[in-house]
Amino acid sequence: MHGLINRTIQGFVSDTRGETLWREVAERAELGFVEFEAMLSYDAEVTERVLRVVCAQLNLPLEALLEDIGTYLVSHENTEAVRRLLRFGGVDFVEFLHSLEDLPDRARLAVDDLRLPQLELCEHAMDHFSLTVTSQPVGFGAVMLGVLRAMADDYGALVILEYFPATQGSERIEIQLIEAAFAAGRGFELGARAV
Amino acid sequence: MSEMQRIGAETQNIGDVQALMDAFCPMHVILDASGHIVHVGATLQKLRASLPLEGRRFLDVFELRRPQSVNTMDELLNSAGLKLHLRLRGEPETALKGALAPLADGRGAVLNLGFGISLLDAVRDYALVSSDFAATDLAIEMLYLVEAKSAAMEASRKLNLRLQGAMIAAEEQAFTDTLTGLKNRRAMDHVLARLIEAGREFALMHIDLDFFKAVNDTLGHAAGDHVLQNVARIMVEETRSDDTVARVGGDEFVILFDGLTDRETLVRVAERIIRKLEVPMPFGAHMCHVSASCGTVLSVSYDAPDAVQMLADADLALYASKHAGRAQHSFFRLEMRDAGLSPEISGVIPAAVAPRKGTAGEAENRRKDRPI
Repeated sequence: MHGLINRTIQGFVSDTRGETLWREVAERAELGFVEFEAMLSYDAEVTERVLRVVCAQLNLPLEALLEDIGTYLVSHENTEAVRRLLRFGGVDFVEFLHSLEDLPDRARLAVDDLRLPQLELCEHAMDHFSLTVTSQPVGFGAVMLGVLRAMADDYGALVILEYFPATQGSERIEIQLIEAAFAAGRGFELGARAV
Repeated sequence: MSEMQRIGAETQNIGDVQALMDAFCPMHVILDASGHIVHVGATLQKLRASLPLEGRRFLDVFELRRPQSVNTMDELLNSAGLKLHLRLRGEPETALKGALAPLADGRGAVLNLGFGISLLDAVRDYALVSSDFAATDLAIEMLYLVEAKSAAMEASRKLNLRLQGAMIAAEEQAFTDTLTGLKNRRAMDHVLARLIEAGREFALMHIDLDFFKAVNDTLGHAAGDHVLQNVARIMVEETRSDDTVARVGGDEFVILFDGLTDRETLVRVAERIIRKLEVPMPFGAHMCHVSASCGTVLSVSYDAPDAVQMLADADLALYASKHAGRAQHSFFRLEMRDAGLSPEISGVIPAAVAPRKGTAGEAENRRKDRPI
């Protein structure tokens, strides 16, 4: 698994629950180190082990943990760069939804060896979409649920999201857009820079 | 003929051109026959929000950088088809790129402009948003890439810094003798090569402990280690901070004196080290007695100093000291080499004996070495 993904899990634990807890997780997962390197790769098994330990420590089911990580990725100040890069996808929430299919390619433009899950958006009606997430291992769909929730807030859109766990390797999220401009949302200046 | 020129020719109504340009090119300018601005795209006007551009003379608002010395509308029309480099006059100064197409029947011209590489500054300076760019413009994608790449670069940079730190620590370890904290053989080889490479004048002193084996054999390795640590401390104390003190073998040491080739000084240093080493070192209830033999070569004795040769010659001088009764210091003399490597007869062979290897360089060495 790419270091950026492992690093996100580490960031989630230490930014939201404290550095001490992360050290405990690193020890219990027998990592042999405390810090993941964002630009290195790790065995998928390492990531699974870390997630198992975090679930146990926080007393959360895996899906709930992954959704929280997705929300953290967009809404925490330490991951502002990710929010900005996602906001480049569109000027409103619907345009953003349509940009998701390009997300794996966009990510690869920036970090050549980062493989994100395949995302497929289906527009059933002007205000009704479904997003299919195909990944190995499964679980990215739950992360995307958190990402979508936080991005809707970011755009000020009011949405209802429903998550359907994996069948044949694909997770699905149903998206009902209630109001595109429900709240002010957060600002996004093209010229500002997170890094 | 460019697409824009065709548009101009086919549409008699300038309003049609304007509507088309407004739809596709938010940074266009339409000029009349005299070179005055008739109409500008919304984004271009945003760059000078407090200064309505319509009605002004184009060349008063924009400076043409390439081609240069364009001062009239006729000269401007001549640049049709060229890639134009312009600058917006006044503050903030913004570089623009563009192309011009004349309108049919001498009614003026249409220019389309873009930011080029000045995009990043422009977006910041004018607080531009997505809708300020044409739908087909790659500006947003470029901004995305710049940010994504910067973030990735920053992560890589941090990794590189950590790796560099780890590398320095590993090198430090690889160059250090862990028992004494002195430099090791590898480090000494590096420093010696560097001194030779830089053409420095220096002295190389080879030191071998006397009676060390007896300490090890009778009192054990712990006592031996204790002695080596003491010896190391004394050598460091008796040398300057920029001298290189290395443990190159079990009880063998090499000191490189950078910039020091004065024989009297070197003799004094060697004798002081020997004297201090001979002070009995307490280890538990016992006293450890050691001494040292030293052999020294000078870089200035060679035309072209060679690391292997210098070490071998220092070794010969060291054996000369051993065989002269230990606990003393000798400078290398060429006749030591002529005596072969047999320590039994070193120091007693007259200078007249021919060297085993005869080269021009060595002949020069001999001339220099003889007065010793």
